[in-house]
Amino acid sequence: MKISAEEIKKIALLSRLNIEDDQIEEVGKQLNDILAYMDLLNQVDITDVAPTAHAVSMRNVMRDDVPQPSLSNEKALSNAPEPENGYFKVPKVIQD
Amino acid sequence: MKYESVIGLEVHVELKTKTKIFCGCSTEFGAQPNTHVCPVCLGLPGSMPVLNKEVLHYAVKAGLALHCDILPFSKFDRKNYYYPDLPKNFQTSQYDLPICLNGYIDIEVGGKTRRVHLTRIHMEEDAGKLVHSGASIDTSDTTFVDYNRTGVPLLEIVSEPDLRSGEEARAYLEKLRSIMQYLGVSDCRMEEGSMRCDANISVRPVGSDKLGTKTEIKNINSFSGVQKGIEYEAVRQAQILDEGGTIQQATRGWEEAKGITVLQRVKEGDADYRYFPEPDLIPIEVSKEYIEKVRAELPEMPDARRQRFQDELGLPEYDANLLTLEKQTADYFEDVVKEGIDAKTASNWMLGEFAKKLNEEGVTADQAPVRPAALAGLLKLIAKGTISGKIAKKVLPEMWSSGKSADDVVKEQGLVQITDTGAIEEIVKSVIAANPQSVADYKAGKKKAIGFLVGQVMKQTKGRANPGVVNQLLTKNLE
Repeated sequence: MKISAEEIKKIALLSRLNIEDDQIEEVGKQLNDILAYMDLLNQVDITDVAPTAHAVSMRNVMRDDVPQPSLSNEKALSNAPEPENGYFKVPKVIQD
Repeated sequence: MKYESVIGLEVHVELKTKTKIFCGCSTEFGAQPNTHVCPVCLGLPGSMPVLNKEVLHYAVKAGLALHCDILPFSKFDRKNYYYPDLPKNFQTSQYDLPICLNGYIDIEVGGKTRRVHLTRIHMEEDAGKLVHSGASIDTSDTTFVDYNRTGVPLLEIVSEPDLRSGEEARAYLEKLRSIMQYLGVSDCRMEEGSMRCDANISVRPVGSDKLGTKTEIKNINSFSGVQKGIEYEAVRQAQILDEGGTIQQATRGWEEAKGITVLQRVKEGDADYRYFPEPDLIPIEVSKEYIEKVRAELPEMPDARRQRFQDELGLPEYDANLLTLEKQTADYFEDVVKEGIDAKTASNWMLGEFAKKLNEEGVTADQAPVRPAALAGLLKLIAKGTISGKIAKKVLPEMWSSGKSADDVVKEQGLVQITDTGAIEEIVKSVIAANPQSVADYKAGKKKAIGFLVGQVMKQTKGRANPGVVNQLLTKNLE
């Protein structure tokens, strides 16, 4: 399996990672190593094995529909670099 | 060429739970920004979501009412995308094992029943609200984020591309709202955003069974907008094809004020959401016993109620249909009938004067200040002959604004119908004497002239005479 430069650029964009052109070869090599390792897993016969939905075997862990206290506005915004009028302020965004 | 539209709808319905889907924050609408938030819905490190029982309950209830298969095993997945309305950078949703598959909704359009199939229903969390500073998004340089809505439970209900017109799409949405309201799982107020709809539409030559390239219409926030947006888009696409062009796969926004759709973004293939199972949430198993328990809770649904109104109350299909569309209207109507009012009379008033008042005030029947017993009181006065139907139409708005009973309004304003035929006959005679031309017309065979004379008598009695009696007395005195 060989991952292309195009694929690396796409994955970088989806992950919001900045990868320079001169890094692509290095990153490609690392990703290929990982994929080769994953290939090893593909050799296991899983014909009769159901897909794993979750690592633990618990089911139906739920809570009652009862309100609990929320954080205060000050506390909610305490990690925000630029709170304003009770809001989180972020650079202008338009959905693309 | 003649084209037909192929339409599928994705509808988001906000569930009426007290708390959010994965945390105990309140879902109450209209709070100060960022006051219904906690580490879970803000996506702070180390916090763990836990599913709200009531969300599963409502989802199963909705699924059963919509004739879906409830999956015995279901799980949540992460849908990854970057946008500041999602503090976690992913939306917790359901991907390959949603709570419901298949199902259908029967709609009535143009006197015919059509079955619209559903693909699936899944549970997910709502995103936050973005507020743009400046006059418009183009002139603002910052965005404000309120995460109160983040984590409010939603059902996404996806239909098959079974709809063929804007009218059908609207009927589908109205029926869906009606069912959700009957179940009590959602308010489905499109204007307030508790029901949202995206429409996928393509057109194809009539007779073809190949699907054309589709566009997605977003930003629809009224029932009429759904219909008009789809109709606009169908015409736009047909024109492009007729001119030899091709449809561009894209998302288009509906602009209600201008009545047009505008290009928002071009779609190149499916967005890459990299779904994967949510490791922080435990999968759900739904037992047969649980499903049967929820099924037993289902109330009478709109279709059954409509049928009952026809069968037991003898209402025409048209009346039964309109009365059962909104649960509040149907409940109100039944309460009026329980007061001993004839069903058809109650229906005529509910769909006539009462509906007019509701529209004027922009309220639903349950919010009307004139309660069912009070409306029944008014209708009883007509039945007893105390007032005419015409006078009653003036009494209703008076009751609405003052909160007084029909009896009190009629007494205070002296609106009691004149039942003394002798007194009416006096007036009839004077009207005949004062209008020789109309009398001559009538005698010359223009039977319509009597209408004018009736009007004159009604005017002199300030509408308090019984029109039937007036007609009778006029005819008698003219012969």
